[in-house]
Amino acid sequence: RQGKLRLQKWYTSQTDKSKKKITREIIAAVLSRKPKMSSFLEWKDLKVVYKRYASLYFCCAIEQDDNELLTLETIHRYVELLDKYFGSVCELDIIFNFEKAYFIFDEFILGGEVQETSKKSVLKAVNDQDVIQEEELEEKRSVLEDLGLA
Amino acid sequence: MPTMRGDAMRGLAVFISDIRNCKSREAELRRINKELTNIRQRFRADKTLDGYQKKKYVCKLLFIFLLGHDIDFGYMEAVNLLSSNKYTEKQIGYLFISVIMNSSTEMKQLIIQNIRNDLQSRNPIFINLALQCVANIGDREMAVAFTNDIPRLLISGDTIDAVKQSAALCLLRLHRTSPDSLQLNTEWTARIIHLLNDQHLGVATAAVSLIDALVKRNPDEYKGCVNLAVSRLSRIVTSSYTDFQDYTYYFVPAPWLCVKLLRLLQNYPPPDDPSIRSRLNECLDTILNKAQEPLKSKKVQHSNARNAVLFEAINLIIHMDCESSLLVRACNQLGQFLQNRETNLRYLALESMCLLAASEFSHEAVKKHQDTVINALKSERDVSVRQRAVDLLYAMCDRSNAQDLVQEMLTYLETADYTIREEMVLKIAILSEKYAVDYKWYLDVMLKLIRIAGDFVSEEVWYRVIQVVVNRTDVQSYAAKIAFEALQAPACHENMVKVAGYILGEYGNLIALDPRSTPIIQFDLLHSKYHLCSPTTRCLILSTYMKFVNLFPEIKHHIQDILRHDSNHRSSDVEIQQRATEYLKLSEVCNPTVLATILEIMPPYPEKQSPLLVRLKQKKPLTEPEGVTESQSPPPPTTGHNGDGPKLTETALHLNQQHQQQQNGLLLSLDTPESNGYYEESTSKPSSSTLQSAKKFLFKNSDILFENDLIQIGIKGETIKSTIHIELYYGNKTTLQLTNFSTNIFALGELESELRINMEPVKSTIDPRAQSKQTGTIDCLADFRDLPMMNISFLYNNMLQKIDCPFPIYINKFIEKAEMDSNNFFLRWRNLEKPSQECQKIFPAKFPMIHEDCRQKLDDFGWSCLMGIDVNAENFCGAGIIHTTSQAIGCLYRLEPNKQANMYRLTIRASKDGVANRLVELLDDQF
Repeated sequence: RQGKLRLQKWYTSQTDKSKKKITREIIAAVLSRKPKMSSFLEWKDLKVVYKRYASLYFCCAIEQDDNELLTLETIHRYVELLDKYFGSVCELDIIFNFEKAYFIFDEFILGGEVQETSKKSVLKAVNDQDVIQEEELEEKRSVLEDLGLA
Repeated sequence: MPTMRGDAMRGLAVFISDIRNCKSREAELRRINKELTNIRQRFRADKTLDGYQKKKYVCKLLFIFLLGHDIDFGYMEAVNLLSSNKYTEKQIGYLFISVIMNSSTEMKQLIIQNIRNDLQSRNPIFINLALQCVANIGDREMAVAFTNDIPRLLISGDTIDAVKQSAALCLLRLHRTSPDSLQLNTEWTARIIHLLNDQHLGVATAAVSLIDALVKRNPDEYKGCVNLAVSRLSRIVTSSYTDFQDYTYYFVPAPWLCVKLLRLLQNYPPPDDPSIRSRLNECLDTILNKAQEPLKSKKVQHSNARNAVLFEAINLIIHMDCESSLLVRACNQLGQFLQNRETNLRYLALESMCLLAASEFSHEAVKKHQDTVINALKSERDVSVRQRAVDLLYAMCDRSNAQDLVQEMLTYLETADYTIREEMVLKIAILSEKYAVDYKWYLDVMLKLIRIAGDFVSEEVWYRVIQVVVNRTDVQSYAAKIAFEALQAPACHENMVKVAGYILGEYGNLIALDPRSTPIIQFDLLHSKYHLCSPTTRCLILSTYMKFVNLFPEIKHHIQDILRHDSNHRSSDVEIQQRATEYLKLSEVCNPTVLATILEIMPPYPEKQSPLLVRLKQKKPLTEPEGVTESQSPPPPTTGHNGDGPKLTETALHLNQQHQQQQNGLLLSLDTPESNGYYEESTSKPSSSTLQSAKKFLFKNSDILFENDLIQIGIKGETIKSTIHIELYYGNKTTLQLTNFSTNIFALGELESELRINMEPVKSTIDPRAQSKQTGTIDCLADFRDLPMMNISFLYNNMLQKIDCPFPIYINKFIEKAEMDSNNFFLRWRNLEKPSQECQKIFPAKFPMIHEDCRQKLDDFGWSCLMGIDVNAENFCGAGIIHTTSQAIGCLYRLEPNKQANMYRLTIRASKDGVANRLVELLDDQF
C-alpha cells in the first residue's frame, strides 16, 4: 500500500489530471530519498519539504523564499495537533476521520499560511465543533425518539 | 474498527472498513462502484433525503475522491448542505466544495450566495466556515463579491479574534488570485497595518502574511508597517520564552511570527530613521547572539525553530546589504553550519552563502570557506547538497581563485551526478572564460571539459569556444596545436571532432610546419574520425576539407578523392551530397587566388550577450536570484576589460532598491498632485565632476554611467578594431512606468567627421523596476579629441526629466595591444623621432605610487605593458595600435616614476602627428 495519498490540500488551482500527475511525481521523488539526505528536495521551481512519521510522510511544496526549517516545524505542529486530538494518532485515525484531519488543518493553516500556532487555540476551536456536533446528534436522536423510531 | 470521534457517521465508517478489507485492487474498485451506484440512486430517487443522509453520502464521495477516483456527481447535494442550519452539515458541504470543486463550476453563483449568507450570520463559527472556504478556493468572482464584506470583518472592532485571523488570510487568497478585483479602501490601510500590533499573537501572525502581500503590490502605501514590524520583532526577540505561553515553540518565542516579520522587512530598504534602524540592527544582533548560546533542548524542534529564525534574519541582513559587521557575522555563523552533522543545516548554509558571496562586504569572508565547500562537493551523500556546493563555488569565484575552483569543478565533473552535469559544464565554461587571464588556460579547460563530459556539452558551449578562438589572434596557433593533440585520442567525443575540425580548418596552417602535424597528417587524423560521426558533423568536416584545399594545395588531390567518393558524392544525406558536389567543383574550377578569397579566414564575431548565461538562466529559472551570478565579485576599479576579445557580457547593473529612498532635489517635486497637469522639468546637466567621473571609463569598459533616484544607466563596450559595440542598460528604479523615453547620442563639431554613431532605437516605455536595453556601434573614422554627448528624456509621473551627460568614448577605446621584444621596441621608438610625433610631460602623482597599480592601469588603458624592455625595472614601456577605419596609428609609451619627488614623467610617441599629445592629455592626471 506504499504511496497512498491520505490527505491533500491545494492552494493553486489545478485540474484533477494535473493534481494526479504532480502527486505521482512528488510521491516517487520523496520515496526514493535515503535516510541521511536533507529534508528538502527541489521540484520544478518549488521546494518540497518533507518529514516522515512512522509510515506516513508529510510533504509541503513551498516557494523559493519560504523558510524551509520553519516548514518542517509547521509539519511537526500539525502532527502534534493530530496527536493531541486523537490521542496518540495513527494512520487509521486519519483514514477513518479524514474530515476531522481537514478541519484541524483549516484551523491551523489557511490559504497556505499559518494562521494560528497556539496548540490550545486550535484544539479549542476543533473541540467546540465537536460539542456542536454532539448537540446536533442529540437533537436528531430526540426527534427520532419522538417519532418512536429510536 | 477504530472509534470515530463523535461517532458521527456509522455508514461511512463501515464503508471505509469495507474498502480496507478488500484483498485486491479489483475488489476495491467493485466495492467503490457499488457504493457510487447506491449513492447515485439515493440522490436521484429520494428527494426527501434528510440533511444527515446527504452529509453521509457527500462524505463517502469525498472519501472515494481521496482514494484517487473521479467524482462527477453529488455537487448539487453538497451545495444544498451549505444552506442547512446544522453546523456539521454545512461543514461537510464546505469541505466537499473546498476539496473537490475547481473554479469552473456552474454552481458558482449558488455557492457565492450561500457564502454571503453565512458571512452575514451572527454566529462566528458560521462566518468562519464561509471564510475558510473562500480562503481555500477564492477566485475572481468571489473577490468581486466580497470586496467589502471581508475587509470590514477584518478591521471591525466587534469581530472576534478567530474571525479576524480567517478574514486576513481570506483576503490574502483573494489578493493573490485576482489583485485587480479586490479593491481595498485606502482608509483601511492604517488599520490593517495596526494589526501587527494586535494583542493577540494569532491575529498578528495571520495579518503579517496579508500585509506582506499588500506591501509587495504597494510598498509606499504600507510603509508604515516597517516601524511596527521592527518594534514587534524587537519585543519578541528580547523577551524570555516564558512570556509567550502557548506561542512559545520548544523554548523559541513565536518563531512563526518572527519569521514572517523578518520576511516582511525584506520588502523594504533598511529603515531611514536612525532609531528604528538601530533597533532593527539590535534585533538581528540578538538573533545572531542567541545562535551561539547552548541549546535549551536536545529536541530537533528546538534547534529547527531557532535556526529558522536565524536563517530568516540572515536573509534580511543579506537583503539590506549595508551592515558589514552583520554580514561577516552571518557568514561566520553559516561557516559553522557547513560543518554541522545535520544535513539540513549544511544544505541551507550553502544556499545562503551563495547570496552572501554576492555582497561586496562578505564576498571575501565567504571565500575563507572555500576548502570546506570543495570538501562538501566530494563527500556529501545527498546530490541536492552537492548541487548547492557547486552553486556556491560558482558564486564565490573571482579572479583570485578561478584557476583552483575551475580545477576542482572539473575534477568533480568526472564523477558528478548525471542530473547536474550539463549545468556544471555551463558554469565551468562561463567561469573559465570570464576569469581567463591567459586564454591558453581557457582553451585547456574547455577541451578537457569536452573530453570528460562531451555528452553534456551543449551547442552553445562549443560554439563559444570557436568564437573565442576566432576573435583572439594570440591563441589561434595554440588552439590548433591542442585541438590536433585532442584528436589523437583513440576515443574522441563527437563534440571534440567538431571543435577540432573547425579549428584546424581555420588555423591548421599555423602548425603545419611542425613535422608531427604536417598537412597530410592533419588530414588523415581528421578523416579517421569522419565515418564515426553523424551527418551534421560530417558536413562540418567537409567544409574543413575545403578549407584545407586552400591552406594546403599539396593535399588537394587526396581531398578531391574523398569528395568524389560515392559515400559522399552520392550520399543518401542531401546536405552531404550537396557539399561534396559543390566543394569538388569549387576545387576544380577555382584558381588559388579566387579560392583564397572565398575561403578567407573567418572575421571576428560581433559581441552579443553570451549565449551561455542565457542558457544557464533557462536551466535554472528561479534557483539563482537575478543579479547574484552576474555580480559575484564587486567590480574593483582596476579590472577593466581589454576590449580586444570576447568577454561574457553581463548585465551591467542590478537595480538597487536600497538607495531609492535617498532623496535629492529630483524627487522632492514628486508630491506635486498629478491633477495639476503641468509638466515640471528637471534637468541633470554635466558638471566638471561628471566629466571627471566619465574619465573612469578610460580604464574600464563597463560600469554605471549615470544614476539618480529614478534611473540607473549602465554601459558596456566591446571593441573590435575600429568599431566599438555599445550596450546601454536603462534601469527604472521607481514603481511607476517611465514613458516617452528617448535617447540621443551625438557628436558635435569636428567630432562629427571623426566618429560614426549608429545606435538602435530604444523602447519608449520602461516598466517599474524593469530594465531596457539599447545596443549600437560607434566607428572610429579618424583620431579624435572630444567626447560625444548623450541626451535622455522621459516622463516620470507626468514630469519631464532630462539627463545630459558626456558619453565616455575616448580614443584609447580603439587601441589594440601590441607585443614586441626590446630590439623591436627601440627600433620603432627611434623611428618616431619627429617633434610632432612625441609628447612628454612631467606631472605630480595623484595616487600612492604603487608599481602594480600603475601596471594594471596601463594594461586597462588598452595598450601592452612590456616587461624587461627598460633597464630600470621601475619604469613602464609598452605599445599599441589605434585602429581607425582609415588607418592604424602606432603608439609607444614610457612612464618613469620618481618616488623621491613623487612625480612621473610620461613620454608618448605616435606615428600620426598630434596623437601623442592627446594621449598625454588623457593620462596626465590619472596616476
